[in-house]
Amino acid sequence: MAETILFLGHTEAAGELSRITLEALGAAKSLAGERVVGLVGRETLHAAESIGSCGASRFLAVTGEPFSVSRYATDCAAAEAICRAAGATIVIAPHTSRWARSLPGVAQRLGGRADTHITGITSNGSSLQVARWFYRQRMEALLGRAQRPWILLLESGCRAAWQGDTAPVTLENIEVEITPALVRTTVTGKQAPRSELQTIRPDAALLFVAGAGWTKKQKDGAMHVGQAAELISRFLEVSQASLGSSKSLVDLSGEGHAVLPFLSHLNQVGQTGSTPRHPKGLATCCHGEEPHVVGWRFIQERRAVNLDPNCGWARGKADVLYVADAFEVMARVNALLEER
Amino acid sequence: MNIPYQIVVCGGVVPDPLQTLEPIATANGPALKNELLLPHVLDPWSAHALYEAAHLARRSAGSKVWLVSVAPKTKLQQVMMTIGQRVPLELVAIEGPASGFTDAADVAAALAAGIEGIAGLDQSRLLLFGGWESASRAAGATMQMVGERLGIIDQFQGVDELSVADDGALRILERIEGGQHQVSVCSGPPVLLGWATGNLPEPPNHPQIGMQNMRAIMPALQKARTAQISGGARFESVTLPKQQRATRIVKDKPVEEIAREIVTWVTAE
Repeated sequence: MAETILFLGHTEAAGELSRITLEALGAAKSLAGERVVGLVGRETLHAAESIGSCGASRFLAVTGEPFSVSRYATDCAAAEAICRAAGATIVIAPHTSRWARSLPGVAQRLGGRADTHITGITSNGSSLQVARWFYRQRMEALLGRAQRPWILLLESGCRAAWQGDTAPVTLENIEVEITPALVRTTVTGKQAPRSELQTIRPDAALLFVAGAGWTKKQKDGAMHVGQAAELISRFLEVSQASLGSSKSLVDLSGEGHAVLPFLSHLNQVGQTGSTPRHPKGLATCCHGEEPHVVGWRFIQERRAVNLDPNCGWARGKADVLYVADAFEVMARVNALLEER
Repeated sequence: MNIPYQIVVCGGVVPDPLQTLEPIATANGPALKNELLLPHVLDPWSAHALYEAAHLARRSAGSKVWLVSVAPKTKLQQVMMTIGQRVPLELVAIEGPASGFTDAADVAAALAAGIEGIAGLDQSRLLLFGGWESASRAAGATMQMVGERLGIIDQFQGVDELSVADDGALRILERIEGGQHQVSVCSGPPVLLGWATGNLPEPPNHPQIGMQNMRAIMPALQKARTAQISGGARFESVTLPKQQRATRIVKDKPVEEIAREIVTWVTAE
């Protein structure tokens, strides 16, 4: 069966398309079939023209002020209208928080299926297979489906972003009626978490993972949580790294123990946290076997500083394990980075 | 303004995260080796949703919490021995697989049917809670499909905070990109909230709550209906990651040298 492939994107605040959106477009372009572009946002013509040379046969859009914000009811209405207008059998979309919230609901409305956190798509012409992880990144499956439409949300960092020239397009605007029921929810803004430092930032080149060892008794028999907080803060400042932490360290804060003051659940990586995809990762004072190590499974280059040479977090998982005192090492690392 | 909420929490059971998991192929598709022998826990994000539900119910007089779960009865009974001691709830048990390889749409249909079977459910007071993802399938799709089946179109995912204003409006914080929260205000129920971790600690066991709950939990387990849940997808393979890195162990090296090596690596393009 010939597939109709709809690439579904949404514009960002300034009307542009994000990197992950262009990665999804790159994936859509690799599939055989008729390709259609669908965009949602306050204003979409500029974004459509920015990908005008992608080879799509049609450019569809739902445009207007109600679609400028990320809201389930309006996003579903817009995406459903585009999917129906395109006659899509396969929908490729980026795994943004906006689409992850709404597109499974759209699949339900269309009588289709949705698969999220897709890390790979392969097509042999007649059938399509996707890769995704199960049990919190502990096993990887390759699967296909007969049911259509099939909505696929692609993870970031798994594909090269589409690159091409700007070109004029004929944008088909699809009208979606805004009833009072669609706007019972008002998006009032965004806010940073109650922490002094950034949390996981996907755009950072390095992920720094802080483990519970930072808050344990050190070789002088005392805890040095304040010093640990200073060292980590300074490293993040001079290296512009993204901060992740193990679950045990985050949990300590909820249990009233001495903790690093800037950590929250938003920093947590692993089983019940995120699984970031930074090019490099430096883990310090992290311990534990599977399943904890899934927190840095998708980090490409990994190094660890740890006092235990047999630690399951690092051995077989990291490229380099420095058996050393992280307090001493990070103090010198900070000094050297400051000199630069 | 006090609203006596009806808070329905959807939550499945998953193998204890500390267990070794190994996929096997069966006639019905992939499964976990010795799955029924593995100790199970309430799915972590569903558990957060349940604790938030209980917390809200305590603050809003007349509120009630239901837990709707699709799981093998034996596993659910085991999990309820712990969960049932933590928060007052009424269980709606649905017999079905807890496998992560089942289809989100089928599980959603079973959950929606279970919720529709709750007597006296009033949409104007309904808060539908669940985890934003599970620790098994991690689809982040099931709750949206349940909401669609029940006609709830004010949905929020990755929720960390819910507060109720004096006029009954709901203020919700959802996780979005860049470690930020999106702040939304909804005029009131019905709403669906897929919880992330929230802000509450795990409540302690309370034997009195346990005894109170157990009177209703055992009958609920006995009368659990069986749901028809399929694999849905066509699985070509399910494998454990094989990559084992050849870790270079650096021991007995001066701190200065280690630091220089790390800095060179960190700053390299």
